[in-house]
Amino acid sequence: MTDQLNTTARRTTGESEAIGGSGAEAGAATLASDLSGIDATVGGPVVGTRPRSLWTDAWHDLRRDPLFWISAVLIVVFIVMALFPGVFTGKDPRACDLAAARHLPSPVHWFGTDIQGCDVYARTIYGARSSILVGILATMGTAIIGSAFGLVAGFRGGWLDALLSRTGDIFYAIPLLLGGIIILYTFPNQVGTPYIVVVLKVVAALAILGWPSIARLMRSSVLQVMPNDYIQAAKALGARPGRIILSHVLPNAMAPVMVVSAINLGSYIAIEATLSYLGIGLQEPAISWGVSISDASGLGYVRSAPHMLLFPSLFLSLAVLAFIFLGEAAQNAFDPKRH
Amino acid sequence: MSRKSTRLDLRPTDGKVLDVNDLHVEFRTRDGVAKAINGVTFSLSHSETLAILGESGSGKSVTAQAIMGILDTPPAYVTGGQVNYCGTDLLKMEEKDMRRVRGDHIAMIFQDALSSLNPVFPVGWQIAEMFRVHRGMNRSDAQAEAVKLMERVRIPAAKERAGNYPHQFSGGMRQRIMIAMAIALNPRVLIADEPTTALDVTVQAQIMTLLKELQEESGMGLILITHDLGVVADVADDIAVMYCGRFVEHCDVHRLYANPAHPYTVGLIDSIPRLDQKGEQLYAIGGLPPSLTNLPTGCSFNPRCRFATDKCRTPGAPPLIEVEDGRFAACYHTEEVLNRERV
Amino acid sequence: MLKYVIRRLLQMIPVIIGATFILFCLVFALPGDPTAGRCGERPCPPAYVAAFRAEYHLDQPLLAQYGIYMSKLLRGDLGVNFYGNTVISELAIRYPVTIRLALIAVLVEIFVGISAGVVAGVCKGRFVDYLILVSSLVVISIPIFVIGSLAQLVFGMKLGWFPVTAGDGSWGQLVLPGFVLGALSVAYVARLTRANLIDNQHADYVRTAKAKGLSSFRIVTIHTLRNSLIPVITFIGYDFGALMGGAIVTERIFNINGIGNFIFRSISQRDGVSVVGAVTCLVLVYLLANLLVDLLYGVLDPRISHD
Repeated sequence: MTDQLNTTARRTTGESEAIGGSGAEAGAATLASDLSGIDATVGGPVVGTRPRSLWTDAWHDLRRDPLFWISAVLIVVFIVMALFPGVFTGKDPRACDLAAARHLPSPVHWFGTDIQGCDVYARTIYGARSSILVGILATMGTAIIGSAFGLVAGFRGGWLDALLSRTGDIFYAIPLLLGGIIILYTFPNQVGTPYIVVVLKVVAALAILGWPSIARLMRSSVLQVMPNDYIQAAKALGARPGRIILSHVLPNAMAPVMVVSAINLGSYIAIEATLSYLGIGLQEPAISWGVSISDASGLGYVRSAPHMLLFPSLFLSLAVLAFIFLGEAAQNAFDPKRH
Repeated sequence: MSRKSTRLDLRPTDGKVLDVNDLHVEFRTRDGVAKAINGVTFSLSHSETLAILGESGSGKSVTAQAIMGILDTPPAYVTGGQVNYCGTDLLKMEEKDMRRVRGDHIAMIFQDALSSLNPVFPVGWQIAEMFRVHRGMNRSDAQAEAVKLMERVRIPAAKERAGNYPHQFSGGMRQRIMIAMAIALNPRVLIADEPTTALDVTVQAQIMTLLKELQEESGMGLILITHDLGVVADVADDIAVMYCGRFVEHCDVHRLYANPAHPYTVGLIDSIPRLDQKGEQLYAIGGLPPSLTNLPTGCSFNPRCRFATDKCRTPGAPPLIEVEDGRFAACYHTEEVLNRERV
Repeated sequence: MLKYVIRRLLQMIPVIIGATFILFCLVFALPGDPTAGRCGERPCPPAYVAAFRAEYHLDQPLLAQYGIYMSKLLRGDLGVNFYGNTVISELAIRYPVTIRLALIAVLVEIFVGISAGVVAGVCKGRFVDYLILVSSLVVISIPIFVIGSLAQLVFGMKLGWFPVTAGDGSWGQLVLPGFVLGALSVAYVARLTRANLIDNQHADYVRTAKAKGLSSFRIVTIHTLRNSLIPVITFIGYDFGALMGGAIVTERIFNINGIGNFIFRSISQRDGVSVVGAVTCLVLVYLLANLLVDLLYGVLDPRISHD
């Protein structure tokens, strides 16, 4: 995904040559030198279009994109589910009845019951919290660390850039899943470890290993923004570096980072589930989609009680999809080729 | 794959090789229907050079692409008219035959040779592809022909450079390669869509001279599409001025320059910087070209025209009529324009 | 060209040193006693523990241990693990299996992913396109271990088309796991191919190709595809390294005796030497794969030069 975005960025920079009127055609050139071909003219009335910023323009496009609305609704639902699971179910996910284990879906248990006889629907609803929390916090972590390093590297350049970039290469070279396993093994949970600490450990592991891709992206965005005249002008006017970064570089370099972050959020949710499946990360008695799916994906259970696997997987997939959709919608909206 | 070794048998019946009649093209987009070409009519004879002049968006490139049958559909649709090549209407031709017309009978070169050549294949290969696809030649024969062509368009060290990629050439050399590719199969019609716009002035002249020489050798009809009056003045026989998808004036070069018959042409010629009017402000046509989705009623130029009267605002565009011998203009006030007070 | 390769190889050195150092710190901070369970039910006698710790330099400070490790690594010696086997010999058994697995996955990416992307791109907006787009999204959104478990159940057990597990890691046994491992990337490759193909269909050189009178089949397969595949092949190349690291889940599901399972088991047995050695090799494979891709890029796109 990142790669695709980079390619797009690279390609669009070369395309913006205006067709300058030459020679004797000065008259016609003053008329319409910026209308490069028929498509520009059919775009609608050319007179009196209010200049719009990248962000309002993107928002204008987003509002018309059904993909954006589908993902936004799904994400809101999942966030409400994470915050107030009680809204969706009156059942206690920990009230389990071993005598009623592995029941198929019924009016009493909409999604059936699991091995312990717990209600799968309630566990799926309550499981949203861990997955969404890990996803959001890990994304914030990578975005903050990555953006900060990328900004500094791109803005300062020189030895600091080299140092930060090589450091990023080191972390980038360690496979995410393997690195996550090793980190989580190094800092294991005890029986009494509080829930939030368990979650934060997974978040930390993902953030430590995930930041370089964001840093690279931010660095290349900054390098693209920096040569622009308004930055040079701000520098010439003696603006402090901090001010230039905050008010000029960041707003213009942030779009690609946000797009990739949205897509990453989905994959962090999936990785959290994978870590649970491998027996690390969140564990019983924590309730999460990953824990439920890994409980249910034993061969015997997949055959005898497929509903145990189906429902948490479905919710997990929907959550992952929602964030990927959001990222793609944002990517389309920010794509300069659309304007 | 079409490995036809012979040329599709189409021969001119009279002097005319190309006869375009009342061509209409529209673009159907989200924001409405843009009428890009609204009844273009012209013909081209053996060895003739016709320049089509107009600003961006006037429909000159669309005309060329409609003749070649390479418009992207959707959004572009040919909604009426005929494109007769040697007596056959190309618009009614089957795609598989039309493919054999393109490149072989009618060839085209484009403005930006760098992006118009495939970046990942050597230029020799790209020229040779014409012989391999249309003539069924084998690789080495086709390559030999490609080198000959590169020599013909005067690319130095052609044999060695045939293996180079487009980005390794200068702008002028790239356009020569485009030309070599276009004339490879001796087409009867060559359409050059702004062939010199991206080039330096000195190189522009070289390319125009080359095109003229090649035309004299082969007798092909040449359609030169440009927005630059200066480029075509020495080369063209006839000039057609396009505005909002219509020909507004069509006549020989000398009369057009000496005394234009359409207010738009007047504006174009007056806006040429002249050495004898140093220090004066350059003339510019007032206003902007209208949106093609919402053309003005009547003559499309009326909102910007100083000769416009109520008649120009009545529905229906003024027809292109012969105002003098061999001279056509689409204006109700031609007399007035021809006898106007000179600046 | 040679200068470029040498510069890139030199740049790898700090990355490898850094990565091994991080791993080393993590692995040697692993809690638990590596001698636990070595002496039957009882704890080992202090003398044995002392000898064990001295043998593996566990009694020295971390930096000293790292120095000893790196000096051996430079001589190509990955050390001896806590079971007395050289790590090299352990890896020699398992690396070929994982490489085979990743190769199958890459082949699946190339054949299934690219063809699906081409079909979708050519039939843009039609039913096939939507079918491919939607199925790629489904694959992307389902965690790999669910896909793996389901594939094992359906194709292995119910239909019996493939072996359920892959004990000895032969090519035939790795086909189904290879598909599972490659599934996610196949979806990305298909989408990337489609997007690039569609982008390139409006390129100026495609218009030229049409004007040359080429058939649309030739335009797509020769002119457009060649340009569209450059970023796709880059993705696949970078992915090869990532696949080797991601094989851990697939290897668990199908019980494959590959590098992922080996690392996983070594971690749980606190066998630090094995973990660092195996992961360092993965990092090396990843870096070399990237270098190879960058070199290939220069071949595929004549505009890129490595001088």
